[in-house]
Amino acid sequence: MELAAAKMIGAGLACSALIGAGVGIGNIFGNYLSGAMRNPSAAPAQFTNLLIGFALAEATGLFGLLIALIILFG
Amino acid sequence: MAQFEIKRLIPIEIFGYDASFTNASLYMVIAVVLITSFLIFAMGRRALVPSRFQSMAELSYEYIANMVRENLGEEGMKYFPWVFTIFIFILTLNLLGMIPHSFTVTSHIIVTFAFASMVWITVTLIGFVRHGFGYLRLFVPSGIPIWLMPIIIPIELISYLIRPISHSVRLFANMMAGHTMLKVFAGFVIGLGLIGGWAPLAFLVAFTGLEFLVAFLQALIFTVLTCIYLNDALHMHH
Repeated sequence: MELAAAKMIGAGLACSALIGAGVGIGNIFGNYLSGAMRNPSAAPAQFTNLLIGFALAEATGLFGLLIALIILFG
Repeated sequence: MAQFEIKRLIPIEIFGYDASFTNASLYMVIAVVLITSFLIFAMGRRALVPSRFQSMAELSYEYIANMVRENLGEEGMKYFPWVFTIFIFILTLNLLGMIPHSFTVTSHIIVTFAFASMVWITVTLIGFVRHGFGYLRLFVPSGIPIWLMPIIIPIELISYLIRPISHSVRLFANMMAGHTMLKVFAGFVIGLGLIGGWAPLAFLVAFTGLEFLVAFLQALIFTVLTCIYLNDALHMHH
């Protein structure tokens, strides 16, 4: 197989890390929403933690995207 | 990908090393000038009832001060200038990159790696200075049965050593992926032409809004994690 084709396939496979990112982010926001529905007055206090959790979950997905870009362009 | 290209503006060579003044250096200088002039100008009058500019400066001060107090306690306030500098510098660099045709300094791994290794080395040094070799107890969490130790200690050690990499890659990947996506969708707008270009254009507008949020959020996350790592070093709750 030529190198360019293998790079494309590798980059595409590496992007499957974003599945985990999607699941994780949905999880975090879903839990925040269900907690906020039960106790609306306590919700704003946890908003910062929500954003921290979102960024950390997104980061692992982006590590996979980074590998994909390294494979494509490195 | 040409938007990430480093261009040498003033070629300088020091002892065989390329220390040119690049477009990245230029944007960092612009950021420093912007921040300094904003803060000095905003706090010039020091009124008790703040004007708009003074409110902005006070709000950003208070936000980071609250974060530092929350994570590090009152004695952590002596690290406040460092934490505030990190936050406001990364935020300004991210936001400068949102200007069309400008250069995003934080979209280069070497820049974010320099930030993250500075944080990691500082935190590790502070930990060792404060606790001596007792800082190594960071890798031995309390309340773990002794037969689990050979598994837990290497895991904790690796996750500590990975910190500079994860800390830097988070900011770098967010910035680079964001700007690459903007470029790709802009290509779609031109490619689909006058008839079909409206759909990618609408998405591009929404995504640019998201990129502003990501710029702010990533600066915040970098700073919050700095505070958490510093808290681990100062008050070892293990």
